Amino acid sequence: MKRVSLPLWLVSAFLYVFMYAPLAVVIIFSFNAAKHGGPWTGFTTDWYTSLLADKQKQDATWNTLILAVASTVIATALGTMLGYGLSRYWFPGKKMFSLAMYIPVMIPDIVMAVAMLAFFKLLTSAGGFLQMGLATMTIAHITFQIPFVAIVVRSRLVGMDPAIEEAAHDLGASTWQTFWSVTFPLMLPGVLAGAMLAFTLSLDDFVVSFFTTGPGATTLPILIYSSVKRGITPDINALSTLIVLASVIGTIGVTLLQRPRQPSGG
Amino acid sequence: MANERKGEVQFGEQLTVRSHILRSAMTSGPGIFWVTFFLLLPLVWIGVISFLTRTEVGGFERPFTFENYTRFIGFGFFGFDMLYPQIILRSLVLGIGTAVLCMITALPLAFFIAGLPARYKTLALTLVLIPFWTNLLIRTYAWQILLAPESPLTRLAVWLHFTEPGLPLYPSAMAIYIGMVCDYLPFLVLPLYASVEKIDWSIAEAASDLGADGPRVFWHAILPQVTPGLVAGIILVLIPATGQFVIPDLLGGAKTVMLGNAIQQQFQQSRDWPFGSAITFVGMGAVMLGLWAYARAAGERGGEII
Repeated sequence: MKRVSLPLWLVSAFLYVFMYAPLAVVIIFSFNAAKHGGPWTGFTTDWYTSLLADKQKQDATWNTLILAVASTVIATALGTMLGYGLSRYWFPGKKMFSLAMYIPVMIPDIVMAVAMLAFFKLLTSAGGFLQMGLATMTIAHITFQIPFVAIVVRSRLVGMDPAIEEAAHDLGASTWQTFWSVTFPLMLPGVLAGAMLAFTLSLDDFVVSFFTTGPGATTLPILIYSSVKRGITPDINALSTLIVLASVIGTIGVTLLQRPRQPSGG
Repeated sequence: MANERKGEVQFGEQLTVRSHILRSAMTSGPGIFWVTFFLLLPLVWIGVISFLTRTEVGGFERPFTFENYTRFIGFGFFGFDMLYPQIILRSLVLGIGTAVLCMITALPLAFFIAGLPARYKTLALTLVLIPFWTNLLIRTYAWQILLAPESPLTRLAVWLHFTEPGLPLYPSAMAIYIGMVCDYLPFLVLPLYASVEKIDWSIAEAASDLGADGPRVFWHAILPQVTPGLVAGIILVLIPATGQFVIPDLLGGAKTVMLGNAIQQQFQQSRDWPFGSAITFVGMGAVMLGLWAYARAAGERGGEII
């Protein structure tokens, strides 16, 4: 029953081509000598060397990385604690909050983006301690990352056998000892998976950053968007090619890392 | 979650209601505070703004008014205007259309990957994951190149008498749909594949032995088994697709303004935050209503959310 027929092969091959055509065309056109895009006029690597001198694009790269690392570290800490607390302890209003936590997962990101924009404007007008820029973007990213981390960590904890912790307690370990030497090592894969998810969500985000940033703080997605709005240029293709390359390496790296523990994949 | 009941022994510890709340505050506390302060409060805040009046400099002030909502459903300065109801309808059609198209394309792909020998499976799956983890903006603007007037794809379309020579295939509704399916296909393939892997093929064999032909075996013995993956995937696609702003912005034109673009316009170019908030709130309300209905349906079937 389970075999791959010829029509299925053809349809799937077409779909892979369909998914990869955009990536391929960006890579190909990053080597195109034509200045304003358009048809192929010759091979060049000029657009890559021009990136080396382009301070604006380098700044955007740094901003993107700083934003992703800072927000991931904070969101992973808060999200892990949240996921742990939700899986173990009760508090009034817990059901309501557990549902509200799905908002960033479920609503279109533009809703979150404009809500945070309006709120940050309120805060910045109230006092001079917060300015629209990298700080507000980081806060915004942490906000949508926390629920993702908490959901991943909680699902890992819910699937765990309570007998393991009970055994630790029975053998005389305190709550603190049990947590650090039994629970935490067991939940670590969930924490790492959550952190990885948070990191990629931050790197990929355009909409929330676009609305919550301020003058001077540009990330790679914002830079690409505003360049594309003015017309695609070859150096944007070169930059995008490097991003695609990073995504390919990242995806393969994660797949290889996961392999020994989950031989069947998924 | 039965092991969360108050005052019972769990994980080897006896906890009172008070210690439950205390420990919640120590663990969940900071996360709850952050999400409440930076997400739930802002959502309430734009709810408030949506009832305020716009000032001439682009701010907002009292008195409270329903005007933003009545304007949204069509009662404007110049009588009845269908612009915004049309935008909602168009966005819903786009969301549902994208989900349906992704479903049709994801089904063969998921069965293809599941049918491969084990050692090619990881490769085939990784090949779906790579576009999934590649920035959506890049995958979207690339279609501007692919659908440009002189591109091979456009020439093919001209040769097939699909379009007129010299015309680009974008901006158009079709370009938006191409971009949408290309971007959201992996979102459906991945959960669907997980379901296909779990299929009990003996049920299909039994149906076939009992005389069912191919389509009937698929419809009655296979499709019901992959429904959970299909539903999960459709939810992952439907909501973000309805609120998409980047893809219609880059591949569509003035005639294909969607909900996301309308919100962006009000918050940035027009600087009419009260009206923009009203659009946002109605859009979010629609999503919440849908989710609530889904949570109820899932709850009745005894399942968890997601």
